[in-house]
Amino acid sequence: MPRIIIKNGCIIDPDRKTATVGDLVLEDGYVREVVDLASAPTSYGDEAEFIDATGCFVTPGFIDIHTHLREPGFEGKETIATGMDAAVRGGYTTICPMPNTNPTLDSASQIRQQYDIAARHGVIHVLPIGAVTLGREGKVLAPLAELSDAGAHGFSDDGAPIWDAHIMRQALLYSKMTGRPVMNHCEDLSIVRGAVMNAGPVATRLGLTGWPASGEEVMIARDIALAAETGGRLHICHLSTAGGVELIRRAKAMGIRVTAEVTPHHLVMTDRWVLGNMEPWDGKGPYDPAQLRPYDPRTRVSPPLRSAEDVQALIAGLRDGTIDAIATDHAPHTLVDKECEFDHAAPGFTGLELALPMLLTLVNSMQIDVVELVARMTHGPAAIIDVLPISLGPGDPATLTIYDPNAVWTVTPESLASKGKNTPLMGQEMRGQVMLTMSEGQIVFQRAGFGTSLQQPQPSIGHLPGVFDEDEA
Amino acid sequence: MNAPTVPRRRHILALDDWSAAELRGVLATAAQMKDVLARPIKQVPTLRGKIVVNMFWEESTRTRVSFELAAKALSANVLSVGSKDTSVKKGESLVDTVRTVQALGADYIVLRHTSSGAPYLVAEHFRGSVINAGDGRHAHPSQALLDLFTMTEQLGDVHGKKIVIVGDILHSRVARSNLWALTTLGAHVTLCAPPTLIGPASEWQRTWPNVTISHDLDASCEGADVLMALRLQRERMEGGLLPSLREYTRRFGLTADRVSRAQPKVLVMHPGPMNEGIEIMPDVATGPHSMVEQQVTNGVAVRMALLYLVAESRDQAPSA
Repeated sequence: MPRIIIKNGCIIDPDRKTATVGDLVLEDGYVREVVDLASAPTSYGDEAEFIDATGCFVTPGFIDIHTHLREPGFEGKETIATGMDAAVRGGYTTICPMPNTNPTLDSASQIRQQYDIAARHGVIHVLPIGAVTLGREGKVLAPLAELSDAGAHGFSDDGAPIWDAHIMRQALLYSKMTGRPVMNHCEDLSIVRGAVMNAGPVATRLGLTGWPASGEEVMIARDIALAAETGGRLHICHLSTAGGVELIRRAKAMGIRVTAEVTPHHLVMTDRWVLGNMEPWDGKGPYDPAQLRPYDPRTRVSPPLRSAEDVQALIAGLRDGTIDAIATDHAPHTLVDKECEFDHAAPGFTGLELALPMLLTLVNSMQIDVVELVARMTHGPAAIIDVLPISLGPGDPATLTIYDPNAVWTVTPESLASKGKNTPLMGQEMRGQVMLTMSEGQIVFQRAGFGTSLQQPQPSIGHLPGVFDEDEA
Repeated sequence: MNAPTVPRRRHILALDDWSAAELRGVLATAAQMKDVLARPIKQVPTLRGKIVVNMFWEESTRTRVSFELAAKALSANVLSVGSKDTSVKKGESLVDTVRTVQALGADYIVLRHTSSGAPYLVAEHFRGSVINAGDGRHAHPSQALLDLFTMTEQLGDVHGKKIVIVGDILHSRVARSNLWALTTLGAHVTLCAPPTLIGPASEWQRTWPNVTISHDLDASCEGADVLMALRLQRERMEGGLLPSLREYTRRFGLTADRVSRAQPKVLVMHPGPMNEGIEIMPDVATGPHSMVEQQVTNGVAVRMALLYLVAESRDQAPSA
């Protein structure tokens, strides 16, 4: 394999917490060296191929520990293949499909089948999550050790909570043999009961049943107590409330083994989106919710979009490390699943291809540093599912993503490879786009027009928002 | 007929964005319609040759009959489809039904639905006009307008008047639509209910800053110009919203004693159907202050006014 030189990019290494503008030299599928722009040689020799990454960021491939690929059982919504296509277009090189398929991923053969189907389609890592209970019914433990041996990287009944506290306690205990986390979707059904959006002034105005923060926090608190007692590995899925962040912050301070994830949509959108054009947009936030009609089912997600105060607390939790990872909760649905009454609509957003531009709005508004952000999309999730920490230093596999933070594009059904077009951001203008994705030296996605060349590009610093802001103005 | 100048609307979905002038315009039109209903021949040709489809995806007799009479008094052809009809039982979606009704030539859909927000979905897929006849807990604009019509008929302007709405506020589309209409016209509204049937005051006051939230009906009745009781759904006992009907009636039932604490000419209102002996005592329901029958009568006139106004608007500005 020839040498590939990724020229003039801003190389983010979340492991070393560095951002280096310069050249990334790849050889035989591995990183050979990182060359600072100032010390870049005038020639890398005749055998080199070049990727001009001027003005782009070069990061380790993103890891999504919470993805719904819908296969087997719901192939109208998504398949493993279309989900993998969506993943690489979103910069993801590792994704973890959740087991709420039909049949449920609750046996070793089901887990192996995920690997087989994925291997036939592509080279990125599809690392399934196994069910905690048989059929995700919350009653009988699934064979967690067998699932783990077959390649399950965690256990979850996601889509539904592990509502029975005793079963949750047993799962935390039993899973200790595997070292894998129990990932709970925290929703106390006795409180939440038919709720379709966040409880608060918007739900009161619209007459929709509200899901109070306590409906999530009661179960997080329960699970923390169980994790403390059992010593099991607890992971909280899609954290969405300020109170939940505080519970996890305190649990971590007490040394309890708990990790947490947050979705891009809970970081940049609020329940105000359900109002749609019932109120004019006040200009707050990166996207315009008044482009939607009121009660647009595409704004329905579980857990629901929360208040502005919750969003601020989630960002703070992400920054201080209370929240370990960003996970998309990519939940593709068909048009029919959403073209109906709000309370009949399937909850969930398509996510893999929109995560990066959504998250970059936090960088652009100076709410998070780009190195921190990339760490929460790579290093953080890697630690939860026990894959090697990912960095871009000499000897690391060439598993990486190149994105242009300034590329502007519009979300259309055609712009998404996922079968799921269900997003409240349909029609909105996005800033930031993945240009190239590489998995272990192999280019798995390359945007048209973002070309390789045999000519060596001149050294140059592109416009890199969040990195050289002090030079601007 | 000389219609007052009101903004043109293609649909009537909620009263959120109605101005005071627009509300008064509808009341004036409704007054003219009430005159029509007092004539020996209770019909005008305004909607002759038009098709009005009553789509009632939730049980209702009063509202459906009232809209039906209103449409017929305007000479429209009226068709009713309900959720018990076979196509819905077979799993046809609301959007499919709308497309079918549209293909059959409907000009207007009057929609009653159990889901809050359903009229917005119908309006998105229907080329004609949609009138919301009650959606979930969200809105019931024609009810609020007939309540307002009845109040102004009796009290003159509602500006500065004290209006108390008591009952299951949390689940009430009538309360929400009344809040919009009454606060826009400057009335002082008090919502009275046990905390489980209303939720935190701050959640209401974010949208309606001047609304008062109370859990004490005796105190709320003092000086009231209007006492409006809402129907208590008996299912509310499930799920811990209320311990018992007896306890509810003791604290929140409209009794003669409570009515006597209000203004001497207080209006007692109820959107119906009433649970007499629970949220309103029989002697109050039929007593001298009761406006219940006037509300029903005015309902037809107000719904005629709404159908007339959207018809006008459609003729003047063809929909896209």
